[in-house]
Amino acid sequence: MALSSSHLLGLEGVPASDIIKILDTAESLKPILDRPIPKVPTLRGITVVNLFFEPSTRTRISFELAEKRLSADTVNFSSTTSSVKKGETLRDTVRNIEAMKINMIVVRHSAAGVPYFLTRCTDATVINAGDGQHEHPTQALLDMMTLREKWGTLAGKKIAIIGDVKHSRVAGSNIRGLVTMGAKVVVCGPKTLMPPGIEELGATVSYNIDEAIAWADALNVLRIQLERQEAGLFPSIREYHAEFGITRDRLERAKKEIIIMHPGPINRGIELDSDVADSDASIILNQVTNGVAVRMAVLVLLSGMDSASD
Amino acid sequence: MSVKKADKILLTGGEVLDLSSGNRESIDIVILNGKIDKTGAIEQSSFQGTVHDISGNIIIPGLMDMHVHLREPGREDKETIATGCAAAMAGGFTAVACMPNTTPAIDTQEVVRFIKKKAEDELVDVYPVAAITKGRKGKEITEMAELVREGAVAFSDDGSPLMDTSIMRHAMEYASMVNTPIIDHCEDSYLAHAGHMNEGLMSTKLGIVGIPNAAEAVQIARDIELVRLTGSRVHIAHMSIKEGVELVRRAKEAGLPVTCEVTPHHLLFTEADLQHYDTHLKMNPPLRTAEDVAALEQGIKDGVVDVFASDHAPHTLEDKNVEFDAAPFGILGLETILGVILQQLVNRGVLSLEAALAKMIIRPREILHIPVPQIKEGEPANLSIFNPNKTFVYDASRSKSKSRNAPYDGMELPGVVWGVVNKGLLLTT
Repeated sequence: MALSSSHLLGLEGVPASDIIKILDTAESLKPILDRPIPKVPTLRGITVVNLFFEPSTRTRISFELAEKRLSADTVNFSSTTSSVKKGETLRDTVRNIEAMKINMIVVRHSAAGVPYFLTRCTDATVINAGDGQHEHPTQALLDMMTLREKWGTLAGKKIAIIGDVKHSRVAGSNIRGLVTMGAKVVVCGPKTLMPPGIEELGATVSYNIDEAIAWADALNVLRIQLERQEAGLFPSIREYHAEFGITRDRLERAKKEIIIMHPGPINRGIELDSDVADSDASIILNQVTNGVAVRMAVLVLLSGMDSASD
Repeated sequence: MSVKKADKILLTGGEVLDLSSGNRESIDIVILNGKIDKTGAIEQSSFQGTVHDISGNIIIPGLMDMHVHLREPGREDKETIATGCAAAMAGGFTAVACMPNTTPAIDTQEVVRFIKKKAEDELVDVYPVAAITKGRKGKEITEMAELVREGAVAFSDDGSPLMDTSIMRHAMEYASMVNTPIIDHCEDSYLAHAGHMNEGLMSTKLGIVGIPNAAEAVQIARDIELVRLTGSRVHIAHMSIKEGVELVRRAKEAGLPVTCEVTPHHLLFTEADLQHYDTHLKMNPPLRTAEDVAALEQGIKDGVVDVFASDHAPHTLEDKNVEFDAAPFGILGLETILGVILQQLVNRGVLSLEAALAKMIIRPREILHIPVPQIKEGEPANLSIFNPNKTFVYDASRSKSKSRNAPYDGMELPGVVWGVVNKGLLLTT
């Protein structure tokens, strides 16, 4: 039942069979969350360290809840200063934590490649909770789980990822996972926020939001970092909203049901209008719930404790 | 490795390689007090001194690497002039030009004197490259005339690109007045801002901020126009892009005094090798694409590329064993440049052995106005001796450098260095 890799560093190269296994497991674990006592003993005796070198609220809470629902022992380490400034190298930090006898590390870091780097300094199982602008695999898995719940399949479905694709690890993992699962992906945003070579990952690039909406079955709307405007990557918040903002008017023109997703936190009225975010077409809160289930599935499958699951 | 006085030695059984014709001739060489005393067929029994049988080796004028970082003064934990020279000798070199990104920078006569003094007793000739601007800050030009008088052979703000085009113009004018070239690390620091690798498919895949080819190309193009304006000689350091080959090709066709160098790592590796975020493959300019490598090879074939230089850049293990974004740029190169050039260019038929070696013996010295050593009776003995047909496995843990940051670790490379002779000293590996 185990996955083909002993870590989850990203969705690059992860076969469809692994993704299906994670999504199926997540679906089977999800009902636990609604039990009167939402807890199973699957990871009893397993110690998970949540290493967050970048501020995070929902991903950290989601992982922590997933760990607690599975009865794992959890430790949180948060640091917003880089290892260099702190006077201890990342390698030393991780080796010290490992020396305290832990089993799994969930890591979030502003530098791409850190999860891979950790696999070379420790024997612990490493789960990527977001590395720089590289990948955020559990976010893409929960997005895929939520869409699969809605549609029953991902094959042939059309997903448009909207916004700052260049700096988005959410986009990075979603494109890879969706393409592996046979979905079609369009990325749409300002050219200044489009990374070079993205087509080679299997996505089609569009700079026209209305065309992307007309094409799509679902929109995954990315958070726009306001500092990108300050860096000169788009002229103003006003123009961004006018050119790429998801509004009720735009959606109504498409004359079809389009699912709305967002990895959060939302800049309401900038990339996504409130009446769209809170509409029936929005599955944003389902994403959040499924996030816990998907992370439980990843923890169980990578811990090797899945056969002991109740 | 041991250094001895070359006061009375006979090198027998070797072949002297003629760098223009490629002819090899079995010639014995007698060295007396550091000078080539006799060449030809020497009767061993009549020779009073140390005899070295160097059969299988070729003898060439001493190799020169015109782009190395010796880190002294300032970062003696990474390299010193002594350990850098040891690495140079192990790599078959008798001369290096060292870059001014030291602390303090090589921007005063005192620092030039310090380096010359430190290198005095070394076998290797160490030629300081002084900074273009004081503190390499890009504001005020250094006292170029006096720096040249003290021994600086070129000017460069290597690693800190001089972005102010007007200051670069004046630096070129002033440097040309003292007949000394500018060596430019061509990089538009706005375009390269926060980049850690080549910009392209691989940077998108890895999620690392990229440095586009254009960051290098616009500065090469700018420099060429300033050469047209000022008449100064400019040498483009570690050129890594196909656009650069075309720009320098056109500049040369227009008769402008523009030269350029290429490093072995930009010929051996591409951005695709970065898939595991290996910081030993992080350097600036970054590893580019296979297309760029092909263009560099074509430029080498066509004579657009003048020089091979290693950009030997030692860094401590602590500095390199970190997140990719946090690691400094640069890798070791002095001990492997000969092997990589032989493997990538000579053994693959891109360039003849003599043409490849000329770019590490003759051209660097011509560019820096340093006399090229001659293998002739009466001349100082300045020789590199190696076997191009033998191979070795490079072991970074046994490097003579103080650092270990070499991506070549464990590679089998051709060209086993027997030894070097210079300044009255003989080193055998």
